[in-house]
Amino acid sequence: MAEANATATLLPPPEESALGRTRRWPSPGLIAGSAILLVIIFLAAAAPLFTSYNPVALHPDQGLLPPSAQHLLGTDQLGRDVWARLLYGARIDLEVGFLAVLFPFILGTLIGCLAGYFGGWIDTVTMRAVDVILAFPFLVLVIVIVFVIGPGTRSIYIAMTVTDWVSYTWIIRGEILAAKRHEYILAARALGYSRRRIIAKHLLPNVITQAIVYSMSDIVFTILTIVTLGYLGLGVPPPTPEWGSMIADGQGFITTNWELATIPGIAVVITGIGLSLLGDGLADLLRPE
Amino acid sequence: MTEPLLSVQDLHVEIATRRGTVQAIDGLSFDVADGETLGLVGESGCGKSMTLRAILGLLPRGGRVTGGRILFRGTDLLSISKDQMRDVRGRSISIIFQEPMTALNPVIPVGAQIAEGPIAHLGYSKKAARERAVELMRRVGIPDPARRCSSYPHELSGGLRQRVMIAIALACEPQLILCDEPTTALDVTIQDQILKLLLDLQDSSGIGLIFVTHDLAVVSQVCRSIAVMYAAQIVETGTVESVFTEPRHPYTLGLLRAVPDFDKVKDMLDSIPGIPPDLVSPPAGCRFRARCSFAQPDCMTGEFPLVATGDDRTSACIHWKQCRDSVMGDPVIATGPASGQSHGTEP
Repeated sequence: MAEANATATLLPPPEESALGRTRRWPSPGLIAGSAILLVIIFLAAAAPLFTSYNPVALHPDQGLLPPSAQHLLGTDQLGRDVWARLLYGARIDLEVGFLAVLFPFILGTLIGCLAGYFGGWIDTVTMRAVDVILAFPFLVLVIVIVFVIGPGTRSIYIAMTVTDWVSYTWIIRGEILAAKRHEYILAARALGYSRRRIIAKHLLPNVITQAIVYSMSDIVFTILTIVTLGYLGLGVPPPTPEWGSMIADGQGFITTNWELATIPGIAVVITGIGLSLLGDGLADLLRPE
Repeated sequence: MTEPLLSVQDLHVEIATRRGTVQAIDGLSFDVADGETLGLVGESGCGKSMTLRAILGLLPRGGRVTGGRILFRGTDLLSISKDQMRDVRGRSISIIFQEPMTALNPVIPVGAQIAEGPIAHLGYSKKAARERAVELMRRVGIPDPARRCSSYPHELSGGLRQRVMIAIALACEPQLILCDEPTTALDVTIQDQILKLLLDLQDSSGIGLIFVTHDLAVVSQVCRSIAVMYAAQIVETGTVESVFTEPRHPYTLGLLRAVPDFDKVKDMLDSIPGIPPDLVSPPAGCRFRARCSFAQPDCMTGEFPLVATGDDRTSACIHWKQCRDSVMGDPVIATGPASGQSHGTEP
């Protein structure tokens, strides 16, 4: 007790506020973005609760029906329920969009850490590889790789990983180069920690936020890429519902049934807005002091 | 005579820069015994901090040791492998930096930063290391340690942050702690508390300390022996008491005269005229010659190694007797080192 009394004079009584813990409130954009995404994820995950139709079941006799109580958004040319295809399509697009960002995120972060921390020839080799990949138009490279391997989600993952890691390497390397000059890194070395520990525990937490913020807008971009590939017939093979192929299929009926191509397009736009708001909000929230 | 804890012998360090090769440390030798506090004093850029970095094997890019030995308990730290050196750092020798804000990782709670050493070096479990961290925080006088554990560095005051740094340095029970101006960034009342804490810890655990500073008041408060550095070399050694009352090198004399004395009102502070020499191409002869009021023609050439001047003291000045005699009639500072290490305000 005596010790507590002696030291109490050094500081004001430790009320919650005296600790000075800065809690930043999430911005309205972050709340709106998260809400939009949560709704979409919930609709996709619980799709059977919101529609009783099978998204791939064909009913040629019920083709191109207008929206009604039975078919909320009508049916396409093969009699499939558009609302059901939209919900089940969200599963594919979100899953592929997320994973196709996750793989390059991990790979790019790893390479960026090594290049930034060790420098020297590792950095030189890495950055020349980055230059080579950046020299190609991104979409052309993805299309070429998917075309060579063959359509399907696996090809999308491979193509995205091969092309997109450079963004994360670029970001993380730059951040590490700046962060490793800090005295706390010298201090960590002076305390005899291993290089792996210094990179993983001391550097990475300081630099990863930039990559996380970027990954949010990257998911939007990736979903657009998947939709583009689907539109070109290189995406997820039919009859699996997917927004890009829905737009491509609806294209032929644009003069008579414009909603077939428009509705999945609107879904893409709403998802994109949600992710962008989330990314901006996270950037504000995670920005260092 | 027992083996010293740390013995630096004729250490040479060069740093390659764009302007040429800098002789950052030029023939440095000193010993630190168990439980001893050595003050390493000198102006900015004289190689004090570089000496600490050389001991830890963490020279900046372009820097390398070109000669000498650094014996820690008889083992030459310059000849052991990188892995062995990593084990020495933090575990046997640790360091306290000047600026606790920048030397603590901003995104890791302080408790975790203290607990990391025992986990990495001593194989503690996370739970045991956390208990160890709380115990260390209590030992360095951080109030309410169990709760402070989860605070981030920016949530703590400068004094508390420096206490955290000390706790980190102590975490693996090192035998030697290098202090790189640990109190320079703190205001004087906090400075006093931190110095007192370091002395208490040293009393209770017998750790050797190397105290790098330019603050002579701090040296007089914590150190028993002192080594004065000028232009990459040690120019004078001895006990703090004897060096402060009777400097035997003109540079030491100049430093002591530059200390403001509150008992004597002066219009101007005494300062040492001129600037330190360029270490890319140091001048021949005595490096302090151009700024020295005792300089003679024989200071222009030759080597100026430390020579024993009696009373267990050394000086690099060949005219040290004149320097000593000039002080006889004109005492340098009134505030000699307080006898013992009891100086410090009550908490």
